[in-house]
Amino acid sequence: MSMRPARWFGQILLYAAFATVIVVFSQWPPYRPLAPDQALLKISFLHHGQRLQACIEQTPEELAKLPPNMRAPTRCPRERAPVTIEVDLDGRPAYRETASPSGLSRDGAASVYRSIPVDAGAHRLQVRIRDSARDGGFDHQRDEVVQFAPLQVRVVDFSTEQGGITIQ
Amino acid sequence: MNAAVASMPIPATQRWWQRCEDRLDLLSPRLNPLRHLGSIAMLMFWVLLASGVYLYAAIDTSVSGAYASIDRLSREQWWLGGILRSVHRYAADLFVLCTLLHLLREWVLGRFRGFRRMTWWTGTALLPLLMVSAIGGFWLNWDQLGQYSAIATAEWLDWWPLFATPFMRNFLGVSSISDRLFSLFVFVHLGVPLLMLFGCWFHVRKLAQPIVWPPRALGGVMLSMLLLTALSAPVLSHAPADLARVPVLPAFDWLLLAVHPLVAATSATTVWLALLSMLLLLLALPLWPQRSPPAVAEVHARHCSGCRRCVADCPYDAITMTAHPQRPGFALAVVDADACASCGICVGSCPSSTPFRSMARLVTGIDMPQQPIDTLRRMLRERLQAMPPGHRRVVFGCDHGAPVGALEAADVATFSLICIGQLPPAFVEYALRDGADMVLVSGCPESGCAFRLGQRWAAARLAGERDPKLRAAVPASRWATVWAGADGLAQVAAALDTLQQRVAREKTAR
Repeated sequence: MSMRPARWFGQILLYAAFATVIVVFSQWPPYRPLAPDQALLKISFLHHGQRLQACIEQTPEELAKLPPNMRAPTRCPRERAPVTIEVDLDGRPAYRETASPSGLSRDGAASVYRSIPVDAGAHRLQVRIRDSARDGGFDHQRDEVVQFAPLQVRVVDFSTEQGGITIQ
Repeated sequence: MNAAVASMPIPATQRWWQRCEDRLDLLSPRLNPLRHLGSIAMLMFWVLLASGVYLYAAIDTSVSGAYASIDRLSREQWWLGGILRSVHRYAADLFVLCTLLHLLREWVLGRFRGFRRMTWWTGTALLPLLMVSAIGGFWLNWDQLGQYSAIATAEWLDWWPLFATPFMRNFLGVSSISDRLFSLFVFVHLGVPLLMLFGCWFHVRKLAQPIVWPPRALGGVMLSMLLLTALSAPVLSHAPADLARVPVLPAFDWLLLAVHPLVAATSATTVWLALLSMLLLLLALPLWPQRSPPAVAEVHARHCSGCRRCVADCPYDAITMTAHPQRPGFALAVVDADACASCGICVGSCPSSTPFRSMARLVTGIDMPQQPIDTLRRMLRERLQAMPPGHRRVVFGCDHGAPVGALEAADVATFSLICIGQLPPAFVEYALRDGADMVLVSGCPESGCAFRLGQRWAAARLAGERDPKLRAAVPASRWATVWAGADGLAQVAAALDTLQQRVAREKTAR
């Protein structure tokens, strides 16, 4: 019987330990996704490359071979060009990627996503995108000095409506 | 069947775990959380559902309204909404912790092979659903922790080339996140747990009388613990989500969100490979080659009366009834070999197992080929005849409880059964009538039976609460029970001494 109080104490201690594990590890230690003096550059786009071949006018003979409901005057091959992006940060290459068009017919949008931690402060950002089948050079370019506040997220994107490469 | 002969070897890791559990039976096995991990997890599931219903009613499921609606609960209605919110989070933590410990326990105790494999597989399949449910809850409270978790999950999911539009693009800026996406969050956090509830039904389907509620006292302790933690350390929101900034997380739930820092520290590929390998390994465990499994229960049609007691007592629903081939109008027990645990509990439940039957070779309705009931009766007789009159003590134990064989002596006959539920209660009376001075019945601790229900049924049969009952006429002063784990030999020895003193006092009084 003399052990009984000790056992009660032990039982309470056991439950307290159980509760402590829950409370402590549900809040502690704190986690820092990024150092406080850094910022994040996100590079992402969802963009359709240009078609690899221009639309072709169909001859009357070609049209005659088709069922009546499919006799469109032009035929447009669906495959699109892959989209290449190059990002330089302060003159140094930060990201290079060539994204293939999605879809079985390779006619969908190409997409990329990458996040790159950068030191807070001003950085020269050069972005080049090629979305056609050309051999060299780029179809879109942007070069500017961008200010990064600590923990700020800046996004490099592509929007045809907004005139090409955007930096938000 | 003497302990020294019959005991099945139990791996050292299992013994170690059992010892740990035994030592934590500080007041009662009923209050030991380690023995009730599965049912505590289920209790937490119900707590999550109940508190979740209130939170769902309170939350504004839109990008602009979610944060304020949840934060308001903590600040303006802390006495109900705030407490329920904290209880919801801590119940989720406890749910995950208990589930993982439950998995670890069953693995260490080797409870994943043979007849248990379906339960193991269904339990393992629930783990990804648990992870999705746990992580998805953080997104609904659109604070910086929710933002971090949603973005980290999106980046992790985008590793799979599944989405034509990367999932991550939903979180590039304020304009890219929509109320429609929030509906998806709600669907994930409500739909997946409901799917999990359905999975839980599959998980326990192979068990007879599944224990889905912890003992009342332990359940009360767990609920009180939740309430106390909710009051002493209430869960509060971080700053509102701001997609233009990297979240600052002064408080981070490592029990539920550890996967995100793991991905950040390694890579999405590494974590996907690690988790999928672990999952496949867990699923493959039951297929690992093992020593030949023990023989399953065997029905003797001529001695089966069709009483269905074995059906009622089998912990794994391994016995069904069919029409008796030789006795029209009677039923016959049929054992499903794949589901049979070879525990022998059915033997203890069979009325034909009574040792008082006059046949020279005792054949019962259902028996264990490796430990026939006739052998038990024969060895009991032999040992009683060999012991000096006036000094005949009999101890029945089980292979998974205290190793009663260590008590074997000139005046102590020990018999270790597969499970104490295998012992027909009439053997106690039989031993006393055949010359034993006293009988001690020992088995696994309450809630700690290796075959789930063996100890419970044995205790109920001996107490006259469950068929087949020990007759009330058997002098209660000459027999006793002691429920002790693998480490409880001293407890059994002490119980035997106490019983001996009681019998001696009674003799003196007469």
